[in-house]
Amino acid sequence: MYNDYNKMIFEISTEGRKGYSLPALDVEESNLDDLIPSNLLGDGESKLPEVSEFDVVRHYTNLSLLNHGVDKGFYPLGSCTMKYNPKLNEDMARLEGFVNIHPLQPESTVQGALELIYDLDMKLSEIAGFARTTTQPAAGANGEFTGLMLINAYHKKNGEDKKRTKIIVPDSAHGTNPSSAYVAGYEIVEVKSNEDGSVNVDSLKEVIAENEGEIAGLMLTNPSTLGLFEKSISEITKLVHDAGGLNYYDGANMNAIMGKVRPGEMGFDVMHYNLHKTMSTPHGGGGPGAGPVGVREDLVEFLPVPVIEKGEDGYFLDYDRPNTIGRLKGFHGHFGVNVKAYSYISTLGGAGLREASETAVLNANYMMNKLKDKYNLPMDQVCKHEFVLGGIKDTSTGITTLDIAKRILDFGYHPPTVYFPLIVNEALMIEPTESESRETLDAFIDTLNQIADEAISKPEYLKSAPHNTPVGRLNEAKAAKDLILTYPFED
Amino acid sequence: MSKIVEGLYYSEDHDWVKVEGGVATIGITDEAQHQLGEIVYVELPEEDDELSAGDVYGVVESVKAASDSHSPVSGKVVEINEELDDNPGALNEDPYGNWIVKVELSDESEVEKLMDAKKYEEFCAK
Amino acid sequence: MHRYISSTKKEQEEMLKSIGASSIEDLFSDIPEDLKFKGELQVGEPLSELELRNKLGKLAKKNQSDLVCFLGAGAYDRFIPGVINHMALRQEFFTAYTPYQPEVSQGTLTGIFEFQTMISSLTGMDVTNASLYDGPTATGEAVSMACDQARRDKIVVSATLGEDLIKVIKTNCEVKDIEVIVAPMKDGVTDIEATKELMTKEVAGLVVKSPNFFGIIEDLDELEKVAHSDKKSLFIVNTDPISLGILKKPGDCGADIVVGEGQSLGIPLSYGGPYLGFFSTTKKLVRKIPGRIVGLTEDNDGNRGLVLTLQAREQHIRRYKATSNICSNQGLIMLMATIYMSLMGKEGIKEVANQTVQKAHYAYKKLTEGGKFKPLFPDKPFFQEFALKADVDIKKLNEKLLENGILGGYELGKDYKEYENGVLICVTEKRTKEEIDELARIMEAI
Repeated sequence: MYNDYNKMIFEISTEGRKGYSLPALDVEESNLDDLIPSNLLGDGESKLPEVSEFDVVRHYTNLSLLNHGVDKGFYPLGSCTMKYNPKLNEDMARLEGFVNIHPLQPESTVQGALELIYDLDMKLSEIAGFARTTTQPAAGANGEFTGLMLINAYHKKNGEDKKRTKIIVPDSAHGTNPSSAYVAGYEIVEVKSNEDGSVNVDSLKEVIAENEGEIAGLMLTNPSTLGLFEKSISEITKLVHDAGGLNYYDGANMNAIMGKVRPGEMGFDVMHYNLHKTMSTPHGGGGPGAGPVGVREDLVEFLPVPVIEKGEDGYFLDYDRPNTIGRLKGFHGHFGVNVKAYSYISTLGGAGLREASETAVLNANYMMNKLKDKYNLPMDQVCKHEFVLGGIKDTSTGITTLDIAKRILDFGYHPPTVYFPLIVNEALMIEPTESESRETLDAFIDTLNQIADEAISKPEYLKSAPHNTPVGRLNEAKAAKDLILTYPFED
Repeated sequence: MSKIVEGLYYSEDHDWVKVEGGVATIGITDEAQHQLGEIVYVELPEEDDELSAGDVYGVVESVKAASDSHSPVSGKVVEINEELDDNPGALNEDPYGNWIVKVELSDESEVEKLMDAKKYEEFCAK
Repeated sequence: MHRYISSTKKEQEEMLKSIGASSIEDLFSDIPEDLKFKGELQVGEPLSELELRNKLGKLAKKNQSDLVCFLGAGAYDRFIPGVINHMALRQEFFTAYTPYQPEVSQGTLTGIFEFQTMISSLTGMDVTNASLYDGPTATGEAVSMACDQARRDKIVVSATLGEDLIKVIKTNCEVKDIEVIVAPMKDGVTDIEATKELMTKEVAGLVVKSPNFFGIIEDLDELEKVAHSDKKSLFIVNTDPISLGILKKPGDCGADIVVGEGQSLGIPLSYGGPYLGFFSTTKKLVRKIPGRIVGLTEDNDGNRGLVLTLQAREQHIRRYKATSNICSNQGLIMLMATIYMSLMGKEGIKEVANQTVQKAHYAYKKLTEGGKFKPLFPDKPFFQEFALKADVDIKKLNEKLLENGILGGYELGKDYKEYENGVLICVTEKRTKEEIDELARIMEAI
């Protein structure tokens, strides 16, 4: 199933091997130190390998075979929406006309790119019920940072930014929310969650009363981190609005609600998408993502520059925006990722997006129902696109969620998200997505139930799992203590 | 049951404090090291840093957690245990035998606000 | 059902039955009725594969992607070996996520570890993280880290970073109440004497860029002395990784943090992204580093393996006290850069850098010999970009070049009133003598 390749590129390096070809230099060559003063020049030494082109191809092919990916097998990693990444999108993002354009080319020479970005803005705004969406943010966390700066800019315009210094975050929120708020200069106030992961409205009222006039906003995801729809959402967002704050929507769980309900209509003012989750762009082993930010009408003036607008002579980059939060990153965002998301949305259309969310929710509920005999289900109610189990019911042999996750690897699946959210003990967070067939879901259900039985019949085997992977359980403490972060060359 | 040593003062953050000649020696308790798990790094303050009670003076880091160390007392840092740079696990092996920082107390009466062994035992049992 | 969904209506009905629901709508009964979206999302009719290919094909054709590029200013048109795309398209790399389960992620982890090693070697630093969004945001993170380390809230940045990079730093600093002080430039390089004056006890560090925005190689040894005139202040260098094939490593000049844009390492221009920020620092500062980092360890049988390490610094554990809010790295883009560096290797990176310098200097000579275009900053050492000035309207010049299929240099007047007639020309190893000669011919004829 996996291979046991265990080499690094430095270990196949052989002096004198070459993996590149460049045309011969066609201009007269001068001595380098005639061009650049020698005190600025280096010795040209580096630890880059010396390998042939085929060495490179074989090495990275073998490395790739050590990985689990969505194309190969089920990847029910909760909160990450590991859906199918259509091949068509990859082809589109690699069209010569998209790949080979410089970000500073004159607008007249990139009308196609600008039209695509503008149209993606319109489509994303429609899906979430907002006025405009900037596609500049590089990832979800970058989107959160952007959104919080927009909130800050809004209060600044009202002369209240110096006193509205606090952001409310539920204690069940993903760690990125408080982290982004802190990075954006805010103080974090936690609001308690109910057992089902929803916001405790009484606690929210208290928090608002205790911090009167100081609340800049609330960050929330809905469906919640437990995969449940926040029924009191209108009341929650109204409480924050009445207190003068804005509501920020973390779009992590957007895959549950496309075409069913829109954040802009739940009382949210700003949101970020994760295109790598909801809009099928590949996760790439950790990136690149994209985190477009949508806003309601009266926040449009604060969006980061440049904003792409449609004028009489075509599309253009608008920098002339006095109230903008400024320039967020280099150039215009992850354009290549945006092309893939645009392809996805265009391929599905409105009906397809709704179908995707409906199927994602159906698949999650189907699995949840078939797993609750042998696993704890803290919230036995309709879930959205994902659900959280609280470990196995029979814990007499001391088997933990970690053991179960590691055993899942032996069956060629990626395990669910584990130990998150923190408010559920021994959490296993499962998100099947709409992509998977019933056979896949059934097979995974059987595997999980089999593992629950194994927990009783052969606990020791589970404690030492995985057994069929390229490497066994790795010693994280050793890594953190030794801190070997670059290849230990012998010389 | 975690080990608690008689004759030391204890904070609610699970630090122990030993006072000798106006200098407080501070470490983490057995309970704290249990909660953290295998400690991989200890961030130390610098000598001569001035601390007020409650100030963060360092971080104790394990694989799964990073816990701020709040000074239970006020004063000037006079010595830091640099051995922890090479062997942070010493805090797991013998939490009361290995200290983190020594502080010259600016207000010795502050120590009286801390818990004694008996009170700390009750605190941990809660 | 859409072709991306692997179940039929009939199967879905059976699944509903097994749940005990009568319809899909039952599964959405938890959404209050008044909130439900009742219409159809207006995002266009679903397109078949053929229709989509036609539509995007047309859009792509509206872009001029066959121009001969003499434009740089932060994004560079370099040669990209074909192997990179083939490897990046392996699903095992591109459909995987962050290596949370190291047992089935050694491919991704090894790629990251190799990247960390190669970039550390090029920059001359001890450690490198698994990458950040892009060069400008990496520079912003470096500023945050310096302020956190020194516990100070002012930073000095050289004016030669260029306007856009300074803007990104300012956006990042404003909400954190970090004051950005811009050190003036003199003849296209950081004004060392003036910078010294700015390095007060409240300043957390000095940020410079070399080669700088104008293409000029700064004297890092001299700037290091200025940066370190105070014990706590850090020296932050933004650099171009290709230039390190021949230039002195910032690590050898005493840099505390080295960051930069990694797009030059085999990443297509792609209208500005996704690119790749790299971030290197010293062993002493490793625990302050933002983002992901991979470390070497062993499994329970003593086999070598890699894991994400230093995770206790990160947002999912430290929440708001994390070193940064970043959760991801540039994954696949980082892998592409790693494959580029492997292919080029120790000799290739030098050759790319050398060819670049030789061709840029040929172009400089060629463009200035007629006398119409003069160097804006004479006698300054440069890598691949140089600024020229002339009594011509640069905008018109670029329009003329465009008519001839050439993407002209960056119009300096956009950012600098004083350089109204200035243009920043970029020449990489990809340009040929013929193309350079043609550029010179048209420019001379204007």
